[in-house]
Amino acid sequence: MLLGVLLAALPFLVDAGLGRTWVRILDFTLLYMMLALGLNIVVGYAGLLDLGYIAFYAVGAYLYALLASPQFGLHLPFWLLLPLGALVAGLFGMLLGAPTLRLRGDYLAIVTLGFGEIVRIFMNNLNAPVNITNGPQGISLIDPISIAGVSLGQTHTFAGIEFSSAHSYYYLFLALTLLVMFVSMRLQDSRIGRAWAAIREDETAAEAMGINTRNVKLLAFAMGASFGGVSGGLFAGFQGFISPESFNLLESIMILCMIVLGGMGNIAGVLLGAFLLTVLPEALRSIGDFQRWYFNRIIVDPADLRMLLFGLALVLMMLFRPQGMIPSAQRRREFKHDDAPQEPAPLYDQQK
Amino acid sequence: MDIFLQQLINGLVLGSVYALVALGYTMVYGILELINFAHGEVTMIGAMVALSVIGALVGHVALPGVVIVAMGVLVAVPVCMLLGFTIERVAYRPLRHAPRLAPLITAIGVSILLQNLAMIIWGREYVKFPPILSSATHQVAGATISDLQIFILVLSLLIMAGLVALVQKTKLGRAMRATAQAPQVAALMGVNVNSVISLTFIIGSAIAAIAGVMVAAYYGLAHYYMGFMLGLKAFTAAVLGGIGNLAGAMLGGLLLGVIESLGAGYIGDITGGFMGSNYQDVFAFFVLILVLVLRPSGLLGEQVGERA
Repeated sequence: MLLGVLLAALPFLVDAGLGRTWVRILDFTLLYMMLALGLNIVVGYAGLLDLGYIAFYAVGAYLYALLASPQFGLHLPFWLLLPLGALVAGLFGMLLGAPTLRLRGDYLAIVTLGFGEIVRIFMNNLNAPVNITNGPQGISLIDPISIAGVSLGQTHTFAGIEFSSAHSYYYLFLALTLLVMFVSMRLQDSRIGRAWAAIREDETAAEAMGINTRNVKLLAFAMGASFGGVSGGLFAGFQGFISPESFNLLESIMILCMIVLGGMGNIAGVLLGAFLLTVLPEALRSIGDFQRWYFNRIIVDPADLRMLLFGLALVLMMLFRPQGMIPSAQRRREFKHDDAPQEPAPLYDQQK
Repeated sequence: MDIFLQQLINGLVLGSVYALVALGYTMVYGILELINFAHGEVTMIGAMVALSVIGALVGHVALPGVVIVAMGVLVAVPVCMLLGFTIERVAYRPLRHAPRLAPLITAIGVSILLQNLAMIIWGREYVKFPPILSSATHQVAGATISDLQIFILVLSLLIMAGLVALVQKTKLGRAMRATAQAPQVAALMGVNVNSVISLTFIIGSAIAAIAGVMVAAYYGLAHYYMGFMLGLKAFTAAVLGGIGNLAGAMLGGLLLGVIESLGAGYIGDITGGFMGSNYQDVFAFFVLILVLVLRPSGLLGEQVGERA
């Protein structure tokens, strides 16, 4: 109850305390939470390492942008586009999943990485000879999301309270994030969720237990991808502009880092990871102020420094807490087990 | 036919550089089963350090261009060796017993760190390679090949031959092969596994530094972001040939270079102008996906059964 009030009041508190920019950052945090929860299905639940997840986000975003912008003169409503985005992204997920079913571990990671890059390169180049994606310039003037005739792109006054665009999107994203969270939670302990866990732990044994590993793995890819597709559509409507630059490999890696840092397979951990990795790079922008205060001048451009610190943080986090901040109960046990003194220590663990 | 030969030559030159970088990936993977994501960045640092030295010398000392470049390489190689050693020591060694995702994430972290460090030191702009090397060209059966291309090709082949000799003929090489096969048994036989791993990183990084300078000389510029694509393609090459296999990495590198070059040259004709040479980068990934799907162990890799 208290949490509910806090979540509802958050954009106003942030707006008053830190300014409008931070409300937008809050919106992005929710978007990344949805993405991270989607990837968590593939990586955390089913144990399939996916380094090209951003491709599905891109598919959802481009689908929305193409069908609701002056690019083709189409302006379809968002309640049609979001499910469509989920469906198409899900199909792309199957497309990626089908040929890679036999691959494991690192190999799967590299193939998915290649897939992500292929999608990006196509979006970058599909402007000639037929202009579909408008190439590197991207698509602009995308319709804002509008619900029942109320466009979220404008400021509205409701019951005497002023809702800016960033505020309205916050509530939409919050509702959808909660929905995605609910679905994730229900999935985890469902029949499918247990099948995913079985595949993650031991694929051969899972198959012997009568799990149709092919279908279950495809389902993981499709589910995770469709979450990505929905987030992508929301991103396009929220931002009003998309270009292939938003969907590079670093973004895929960022989302993976969110779930690994937060705690793979654990919803609370994933949410925390997404929150930290969205807010932290923004907060690191204030390094410039710190330098001015401490050295009286800017020594290193803060924009350059923040990614450097981010890389450093990744390394340190993995070195000192590889299980993530809030690991799932099962992973916590695994790590405890690993910490026990091992006399004849193997050089490296066998592939899990 | 001329175009074919020309693209073939270009592809072989590019491919020999991929092969050099791929060797670093494949050696590390062979021993640790770890994708050393930061390897591409080591290549980039090598190129950048060498360019700084070359830039400082050009115009101040009256030496031939080749000597100046050699001096740049002589500085870049030890820097990269130290870098490779440090990366392994700090980011990978403490995580040898952690789940496989952990070192992958630190590798990515190191990669981001090095990229941004390079951006702070050398800036966001392209760093130009001064035109001090011979730009003479030769005509071979209707195709043009430059001195630089010949030099890159020959030097790469020499380095590869040297590495094969090292791994096959020396005591260190035997220790490396033993460690790759069975680390515990190797340790029991008196091999200092940790120093073998360190040396593997050091050798791989030294080769990467040379490859970095080659790429910079070939394209005439270097950039803080150049290591990413190069690393990715070199890894593709390593997988194509069969990761963990030295000969495979070389074959894979050369093949990938040729495929890319021919692909970029002919794709316009094949697709009736629908796709152009701007799709060059796609080939590497299509090849990668095809190989992994059809023959996951690579061209020269052993067929291993699926591990549970």
